[in-house]
Formats: sequence, structure tokens, C-alpha cells
Amino acid sequence: MTAVLHAEWTKFRTVRGWVIGLLLAAGVTMALGLGPSQSGSCNVSSCAPTVGPGGVAVTDSFYFVRRPLAGNGTITARVASLTGRLPAFTGHVRTNQATRAGLMPWSKAGIIIKASTRPGSAYAAMMVTGGHGVRLQDDYTGDIAGLAGGVSAASPRWLRLTRHGDTITGYDSANGTTWDRVGTVRLPALPATVQGGLFATSPQYASPMYGTSGADTAPTQDTAVLDRVRLAGGWAPGGWTGDDIGAPGGPAPGPASGFRQAAGAFTVTGSGDIAPVVTGATGVGTTIAQTLIGTFAGLIAIVVVAAMFMTAEYRRGLIRTTLVATPQRGRVLAGKAAVIGALTFVTGLASSAVVVVFGQRMLRASGVYVFPVTAVTEVRVIAGTAAVLALAAVLALALGTMLRRSATAVTAAIVVIVLPYMFCVAAPVLPLGAQNWLLRLTPAAAFAVQATLPQYHQVSDIYAAQAGYFPLAPWAGLAVLAAWTAAALALAAWLLRRRDA
Amino acid sequence: MSRVRVSQGRVSQGRTACFACLHAEWTKIRTQPGMFWLLAAVVALTAVVGAVTAAAVTCPAAGCGQDPAKVSLTGIELGQAVAAIIAILAVTGEYGTGMIRVTLAAVPRRGTVLAAKAVIVTGLVLGAGTVAVLASMLAGRLILPGRGLTPAHGYPPLGLAGPDLRAAAGSVLYLGLVALLALGLAVAIRDSAVAIGAVLGLLYLFPVIATALDPDWRRHLEQIGPMSAGLDIQSTTGLSSQPLSPWAGLGVLALWALGAMLLGGLVFRLRDA
Repeated sequence: MTAVLHAEWTKFRTVRGWVIGLLLAAGVTMALGLGPSQSGSCNVSSCAPTVGPGGVAVTDSFYFVRRPLAGNGTITARVASLTGRLPAFTGHVRTNQATRAGLMPWSKAGIIIKASTRPGSAYAAMMVTGGHGVRLQDDYTGDIAGLAGGVSAASPRWLRLTRHGDTITGYDSANGTTWDRVGTVRLPALPATVQGGLFATSPQYASPMYGTSGADTAPTQDTAVLDRVRLAGGWAPGGWTGDDIGAPGGPAPGPASGFRQAAGAFTVTGSGDIAPVVTGATGVGTTIAQTLIGTFAGLIAIVVVAAMFMTAEYRRGLIRTTLVATPQRGRVLAGKAAVIGALTFVTGLASSAVVVVFGQRMLRASGVYVFPVTAVTEVRVIAGTAAVLALAAVLALALGTMLRRSATAVTAAIVVIVLPYMFCVAAPVLPLGAQNWLLRLTPAAAFAVQATLPQYHQVSDIYAAQAGYFPLAPWAGLAVLAAWTAAALALAAWLLRRRDA
Repeated sequence: MSRVRVSQGRVSQGRTACFACLHAEWTKIRTQPGMFWLLAAVVALTAVVGAVTAAAVTCPAAGCGQDPAKVSLTGIELGQAVAAIIAILAVTGEYGTGMIRVTLAAVPRRGTVLAAKAVIVTGLVLGAGTVAVLASMLAGRLILPGRGLTPAHGYPPLGLAGPDLRAAAGSVLYLGLVALLALGLAVAIRDSAVAIGAVLGLLYLFPVIATALDPDWRRHLEQIGPMSAGLDIQSTTGLSSQPLSPWAGLGVLALWALGAMLLGGLVFRLRDA
């Protein structure tokens, strides 16, 4: 076997074009990862996102009608209506600033108890939403479902929050007499005096534009009418204060956020979100996968070299010499796979380590917010990308063995590996549903190893692969490619044994 | 018989000879294994991807920002890869088998050989492209109204008039120009695997890089890239926000195709086969 490996290594390194191809793959990956890239305004107007209690980056922007609560207490309110404004289109042209009535599924309004008015501080809130019924949410990522259904004059919702020390319990009711406990959450280190009251907020609207990689995004706004507000416990006497929390210079064309108080009813209008930050159409910043954008170009060079590593033997008739020297054909294939796999893995490891480490520094230096990741995740992304390139190379080699002609083999390799990546991740033109199926079934699923951010069901976003959200978990995605490679290699070994060379 | 005709043609300054070499190129491409399937793949991939995209579009009552012609013709982005491969194989197939030496012995004027190849390949791709585009437009016309792109929402049904005609006819021309671009580069590269890698890389690389850049750079790159500029021809709405006007975009692709053909022609003339 050592002799086979040595022979295959000699064949590889003596073909100048292949060595150049491999170097080209590394070079183009690094050039695109480190080349002129996005620039942001973060170093000008520090835009590191707000950090929530759990250390995750969060959005914390809403309209807050508040008063202090010292010690324990309870707030109860009835939400009589929830309406909103969404961006509007006239015909197929979006009219700037025009709005129409409507709610986002995660437009939120209700009652909230919050450690302070500082964005990112701990909170628990009972809310009605545009499309997900009543929810108890806390500390940005916690989300417990309450009563289902929307709010209208005919079916209002009563909400209640009770603070006891650092635990907060949420209740809901459809009639104000029979109450259900939705859940209890613990907010560690809640100060003695907290801020409590009413709030409204509505997240960014995004509609994918097919045939392009873009999305149409615009801020939205919601307005809640809350009445029968009852306070019990250590609430400060006096009136209510209205505050636009977070987002200085943030969202909202249309009527300004604010509140009105008349005849015991509060009308609160807000825009923004209280949720973990996501990237992509409605989110901010980018992930370290952005620095690996050049993997696509490197991949093309690598599949061409890997396919030719086998097809060249057929074209030149060298295969007959090879098989005379090593009559066990499985060994020949294994040797070739080991050599091309190892070479592309090392190439991929070096180039992705360089772009991930230096690329994210360059992005940050030019003012782009890059979601921070742990060192373990960084290593997973780098080694995973190298593994994707190595497995893709072996797959291309197996296709070359099966098809024996370089044109067909390279075409097949590009069609199964590169094009799905192209149409789903790099410059997506397919609709999201089709993208997600391709990213489960095709070898391009393996690019999930570059994903670093969780998806949140309570944040509306276009969770697309381009923004770093894949339908499969990182290692599951890599396993899909590994399965393709194993199947192709097995078929190639069988054909190689069965066919005349 | 044909040998006699070719020699006669050479005497009469090429007119008959050119018909003969067109015929020769046609015979070569017609008998190339898999060529029929590749042409069928242009039609099938284009139409299927277009139909799937159209079926995935939604347009709520209040309207949406979709461009119905562009949505229906999304499949061109995949079909062009096959069109490019057809053009590449027409050239590299000859180098792979050594047929090119026979071809050049029969027709020593290399410019004539390249021109004849270009005519035949472009003709085939334009033919397949026309079928593919008509199928995509028909699919869009049938599917889109069911997805909310109705006259009531400001979308008249897709037809072959006005901007829709420009998008449809332009998409066919786009495929032809991509084939010429691929043909020129294939003559320069000669190896099918490397040529396919290079052409697909060139087509798809620009939009990929563009997504990683800030808006100014992105706009410039989309004006320069053969695919992103060329596909501007498909737009029927929001033309003012596009990096290039539809015909200017197709013009950029035409410049790429011209450049590739000139490069191919020059290399073909200077180099030993």
C-alpha cells in the first residue's frame, strides 16, 4: 500500500497543472477571503450589538410606558386591540414610505418588568403577538406559549405579571376572571427596584425577492390599546413615563412611537424588537462564514484537478501500466483517494485557517460586525471546510473513475457539488423552500459546517444559507456529503474491478 | 464528391468551402455522443427551474416587489451552464480525439473553422434556448396568476410584447452569447475539464464575489461580470435601480463573448494544433 501511495503521490506532483490547480484553489480562496470586502460603519459609530444577560447579542428596542417598582408587585392589563402598519406596494413597485394595515407574526405588545431602561437588561414580559397568540418571554431567548389566537375587541386578552424576588410569573386570561399560569421565569440578580409597565414593538419586515439574492426590508410598527391596568405592590405613585428604548436613529417612518392615555386606556405605538440578534435580511452583521466565500472558487479548481487525477490515466493509457503494477484495483482507487483527499484537506486547512483568522479581523477593522464565536467553533469551521474540500475531491475522483472522461466527470462534479452551493448559498436565486431541500439532499449540504448561529423560532427572518442558516446541523450536513462520497467511491470501485481498463 | 467540392470552393474564394465546412461542423456536432441530451437538458433545466421558482413566489393582496418575467426566466441561470458545456465540448472533443488535425488538414484556414463552429454552436444553442424560454414564459403565464401575481395586483399576464418580449428574446440571445464566450475560451484552453471549470468559474464567480462586497464595489462588479450584467436583460421592473439598463447589460456580455472569440481566434491561429 505504501508503494501505491508513493506512486500516486509521484503522479500527482509531477503534473505541473495539478499542483498549480491546487495552489490556485488555495490562492483564490485566500484572495477572495482577504480581498476588498464589505465595509461597515462600526468603527465610526460603535455598533457592537447590545449584549443580553446570557451573553448573546440582542436587539432591545421598543416603546416603554413605565414606572418604578420597588420590591414585589403585580401588574395586570387587558389588551383590547393590536393593529399595525406594514410596508405597502402599489402594483409591483414598492412605494417609498407607503404603509398598509397589518401585523408581523412577531409584532409584540403587552406588559413587561425589566431590570432597567438600559437596552440589554434582564426582563420578563407577557405579550400578545401578531400571529403567535399570547407569549411569556424573558431574557431575549426564553419563550413560552400561552393562549392561542389573535386579539380583537370581541376577544381581548388579559395579561398579568407577578414579581416575587427574582422570579416573575406570567398569567393570561380570556375573560379577566379565570386565570391560567403561563410560566415562571427566574431573572438572576434582578435589582430591588425595577421598571415595569406597558410596551409595544414590531420587527423588521422582509420579503425575499426571487431571481435575485436580495430581500425587500422595511421597518414596521404596531399599536396596542391596553386598558384596565391594575397595579399592586411596591409601584411608585404618580404618572407614567414614556420612553423609546434602544435604537437611536433606528427604525420607523410613519407615525412616531409614543403613547396616549385617555379614559383609563393606553394607546402604545412602537417599532423594533426584543429578541436575540440574527444576521441576514432583517438582521445585522455577518458571520465568519463570510470570510470563506472564496471556498466556492477553490472548490471548482479542486474538483477539476481531482476528476482529472483519474481521467488523465484513461486519456493517456497510463491506467493499464498502473493496473499492471498494482493488479488489486481497489487499492489503486484507495491510494488515489487517500492522496487527493490528504492534499486537498491540507490545502483547505491552510487556506481556511488564514481567511477565518485574518479575514474576520479585516472585516472588523473595516467596520463590519462579525458575530463572535468560540475557539472550538472556529476550529470546527476551519477543519470542517477542509473536510468539505477533501470529500468533494474524493467524490470528483470517484466520478472520474465512473465516467472516465474528464469533461463528463467535471461536469457531473460541478453539477452535484458546486451548482447547488452556488444556487443556495453563494448567490441564491432559488426560492427558500427549494434551497432548503437542496441543502438537505445534495453534497452542498456539507457547507452547514460553516454555520455558526442558531435559528430562533421567535424571530422572523429569512433564515437562508447565504446568511449562514442551514436546514441541517453542521456535522449532519457533512455526513450527507460523506454519504455521497462513500456511495460514489463504492460504485467506482465496483466499476473499476468489473470493467476492462 | 465532397472532396472535389471543397477544392472547387477554394478556387472560387471560399464561398462553397464555407458551406462545406458548415456542413462538416454540423455533422461533427450532430454525431457527438450526448449532444442531443445536452440540448434537451438546456430546455428541461431552464423550464423546470423557472416553473419551480414561479411556484414558490407569493404575492399577498397588498402587492409585492416581484418581477414576473425575471422570476419565470430564473432557469436561464442553470441552463446557461449546459449551453456553455455544449460549446466547450464542440471544441475540446476535437482536441481530445485528435480530430482537430483532420479538420485543419481539410480546412487550413483556421478563422473559417472557428467561424463555422461558432455559427453551428450558436445556432443550436439559440434553437434550444428559444424552446427553453418559450416553455419558461408559458409556465410563468400559467403559474404566476395562481401565486397572487394577478392583474388586480398590478401584474398583467406574461406575454410576448413590450418588456416581456425584451426579457424573453434577450434571454435567448444571452444563451447564445454565453455559448460564444465558452467557445472562445475553450479554443484557447483546449482541455475540456479545465475549460468547463474556467468558464463556469467566470460566469458564477462575479455574483458570488459581489455578495461579499460593499454596495459600491458590488455595483461595479455587477456591471462588469458577464452573468450579472447579461441577466439585466431579464428585468422588466425597477429598471432605475439596476446597475445597467437591459440592453447595456447584454452589451457587456457581448463584449466578453467578442473578447473570448478574439482570444480564441488569435491563439488558434498562432498555435500548433
